[in-house]
Amino acid sequence: MTSVDFTWIIGGPQGSGVESGANIFSRVCAEMGYQVFGKREFYSNIKGEHSYFAVRIADRKIHSNVNGVTLMASFDAETIFRHYDEVVYGGGIIYDSDLEDTSTDKVHTLDAPFKERLHKELESKNKPFTISGVLEIAKENGVSLFPVSFKSILETLAEEAENPRLKGLIRMFNVIGVSLSLGLVKMPPDSLQKTIESIFSKKPEIAKINQVTANYSYNYATTKFASFNHTLSGSQKEPHTLLIQGFHGTALGKMASGCRLQPYYPITPASDESVFLESNEILQIIDDRPGSTAVIQTEDEICAMGMTIGGALTGTRSATCTSGPGFALMTEMLGWAGINEVPVVITNYQRSGPSTGLPTRHGQDDLLFSVFAGHGDFPKIVYASGEVEESFYDTGNCFNYAEVFQVPVIHLMDKFHASSVMTCKRFDSEKISINRGKLLDKVEDGYRRFEFTEDGVSPRSRLGIDNGIFWDTGDESDETGHITEDPVLRVKMMDKRMSRLDLILNTIPDYEKAVSYGVEDYTIISWGSTKGPVLDAVEMLKKEGISIGFVQLKLMHPFPGQYVRSLLKEAKTIIDIEANHSGQLGKLFKQNVLRDIDYFILKYTGRAMTSTEVYESLKKIVQNKAEKREVLTHGA
Amino acid sequence: MALKPSEFKTDVHNDWCPGCGDFGIVNAIQMALADMGVQRDKTAIFSGIGCSGKTSHYINTYGVHTLHGRVLTFAQGAKIANPEMTIVAVGGDGDGLGIGAGHFVAAGRRNVNMTYIIFDNGVYGLTKGQASPTLKLGEQTKSLPSPNTNYNVNPIGLAVASGFTFVGRGYSYDIRHLKDLIVQAVKHPGLSFLDVLQPCPTYNDINTRDWYAGKDLMEEAQSRHSRIYKLEETGYEPTVHYGSDVEVNEKLSQALIKSLEWGNKIPIGVFYKNELITPYTQRLQDKIPNYLENPPAKQNISKDGKSNTDISKILDSLEV
Repeated sequence: MTSVDFTWIIGGPQGSGVESGANIFSRVCAEMGYQVFGKREFYSNIKGEHSYFAVRIADRKIHSNVNGVTLMASFDAETIFRHYDEVVYGGGIIYDSDLEDTSTDKVHTLDAPFKERLHKELESKNKPFTISGVLEIAKENGVSLFPVSFKSILETLAEEAENPRLKGLIRMFNVIGVSLSLGLVKMPPDSLQKTIESIFSKKPEIAKINQVTANYSYNYATTKFASFNHTLSGSQKEPHTLLIQGFHGTALGKMASGCRLQPYYPITPASDESVFLESNEILQIIDDRPGSTAVIQTEDEICAMGMTIGGALTGTRSATCTSGPGFALMTEMLGWAGINEVPVVITNYQRSGPSTGLPTRHGQDDLLFSVFAGHGDFPKIVYASGEVEESFYDTGNCFNYAEVFQVPVIHLMDKFHASSVMTCKRFDSEKISINRGKLLDKVEDGYRRFEFTEDGVSPRSRLGIDNGIFWDTGDESDETGHITEDPVLRVKMMDKRMSRLDLILNTIPDYEKAVSYGVEDYTIISWGSTKGPVLDAVEMLKKEGISIGFVQLKLMHPFPGQYVRSLLKEAKTIIDIEANHSGQLGKLFKQNVLRDIDYFILKYTGRAMTSTEVYESLKKIVQNKAEKREVLTHGA
Repeated sequence: MALKPSEFKTDVHNDWCPGCGDFGIVNAIQMALADMGVQRDKTAIFSGIGCSGKTSHYINTYGVHTLHGRVLTFAQGAKIANPEMTIVAVGGDGDGLGIGAGHFVAAGRRNVNMTYIIFDNGVYGLTKGQASPTLKLGEQTKSLPSPNTNYNVNPIGLAVASGFTFVGRGYSYDIRHLKDLIVQAVKHPGLSFLDVLQPCPTYNDINTRDWYAGKDLMEEAQSRHSRIYKLEETGYEPTVHYGSDVEVNEKLSQALIKSLEWGNKIPIGVFYKNELITPYTQRLQDKIPNYLENPPAKQNISKDGKSNTDISKILDSLEV
């Protein structure tokens, strides 16, 4: 049996149902036992600009996208112009035959730099600047074309169902595209019908229209289209598989970890998490009355952070969720949380900066900013999750770290995480332990919030408990929390707080600091969502007999320099892979591990890395053909 | 047993300038807390930055001295997480109406059940007397190199326009009156705001204690002994009773017009009061049926060191 590795792409104007089309396709594939990894790309725009969804499916665990597209479903011209060249030899393009004569000038959302590149390419191949032009190139590349008039499908449907309204329902183009695709690859049709039913379970009439349309389009593909090289007939389904989106990991992790207050300010790509928490604000609690998460939309990120701290002072596990620009606004308060030893969790779904940057695109730009965020010296933790599945469990750890060490914790996620869709093992909340550190339920007389203790961590009272009165201040304070400017006390307090950094390094187990996937002569260091493409690329090389090591960093601050140094003792060549311009992990690495990075593989187009391009760069490195700084560029 | 005002004092050395209006406010807060018989450990004072920011250290309840302009954000978070707390937030006019003006407006819309007191003296005292948001255009206090180039904020008008449901003004040298106002404000079921006129003896040489006392007004001073007069003594009726649009608009407009009085006649007292607007905690209770009885701070989140939250239904819906 040959293994399945199939990438399907759907594109269209924002607001035209690209996402729900991809959702249906992904669910059908997951239902049929395939592993799914998909990512969504979109402009900072509500309606009209080009968005697309690339869904990769396989019959084994996958962690990333690849470069080539096996089948493209397009129902507008722009998708074809932008992606025709990604379809591989032997792949196919389903397209709307009514668009064949459409020229690039008719597509107003094609931006000038892209159009210029496309025209140059068409000119060099002597093709017209039209859909037919690009499709001719695709055909010459060995791509099969499957033209179909989407309009006439709707017309036929309208006639058959005696429902003239159907004729104008261009909203159905996405379902038509999905169903044509599934018909073409001969995916068993039942799962398509079932999936549509479950997605539209609250709107039975809409479900019905969609099902009829899906059925017709599916049959159209099986009967009218020429045969296609690829079939997908289903795979062995793993029991208890989830199909999740990026934000599900941290959101469900917060629920399970006992986060009960989440103030936030809307920002892409972080808001989905808060909206999901609010949609599920009432919580079922084992052997107890229902609990709840208070999700508060604030006037800005400053207020979100202030409320989060205020909540944490009452002993509530409190968190906020934001992206780079919002996190920038929170930094003064981060220092306040630091000096007052307040446990808060800030989930930062990074995006491409600086400033507004590429607001809906990917980037791992905030590592150094997070590590150094806030004025003055104070202890904090910066923790980075590699994959969405692990972010569920990491969220639990982040809350424990915050409370045990009484420090703010910045949990780094990113846009690649946020807009990915994937299959993974069902989350197990029994693996979420809850350690509240020195949080007090009862307080004896003579309590001092910032009492000097042996381990540098003071028992923590909370607002509202008897005898637990304390004072907090952003000024330096004495043990009771009142302002002091005494130089001797200042040194003691500063030393007490900063001793937390060593305590953190000595307490957190090594396997939570960094994860080694093997150390070889050539070993990769990386962090965050780049882990997925790296894992897949390493696997690809392994099949060719090339072994490359990989160490994933998770505790980014305080940096486990000693541990990482010992891990990498046997590695001769260090390759740093990350999605930013300056190789931010590389700088931390050099500072803490006292070793130079030999090669950088970096990407800052705003698009996530594919395993293909990571693989290609790694291969160049091993073959000694690489630049010191390999810059990746794949993706529209 | 109810505590005495002195039991709400800490032994922290108070380093405000001699003659500072802030003393009157902190005394009035302590008297009001004693008067209401609140429990010290169910009460928290949140403060901003500046001279007024030190207030929380002088009061023997939970005290949270926050950041410049941000006091309301911390205070609201605490109240939402633990609605049992009695919370009073304090700060200067620069703190609340300059750097913190955005939070001031948003807090009004939210109407969290707590009290916000602004120590209003027209200057940034702790940074040596720059013009603050309530200083009038063209005025030149002692340490300004040239007259103030900004128009002033109208704190009462801004509060009324932002949705605060209790809006009043006090004077720091009328401590009894201020204490009564604070009691009313704290008891008000919603967000209450008090603008407290507070002469800065060091940097504001215009709006001084003598100025408020009307000593420069020969004739009027003889009849009233003050620029300041009390709204309640004029038959002014600030309260919304029925909540019809017409009535609410009338009371809001009346408060706004009153707030514009300044100069030789300055009103203090309650400008506007509306108990019919639901407080934020009630709005949460409306969508989370046991929120008030089992708020975030009271929830038990673990059992034997493990998560006790059952997310299985959500996971079921994500399973394929």
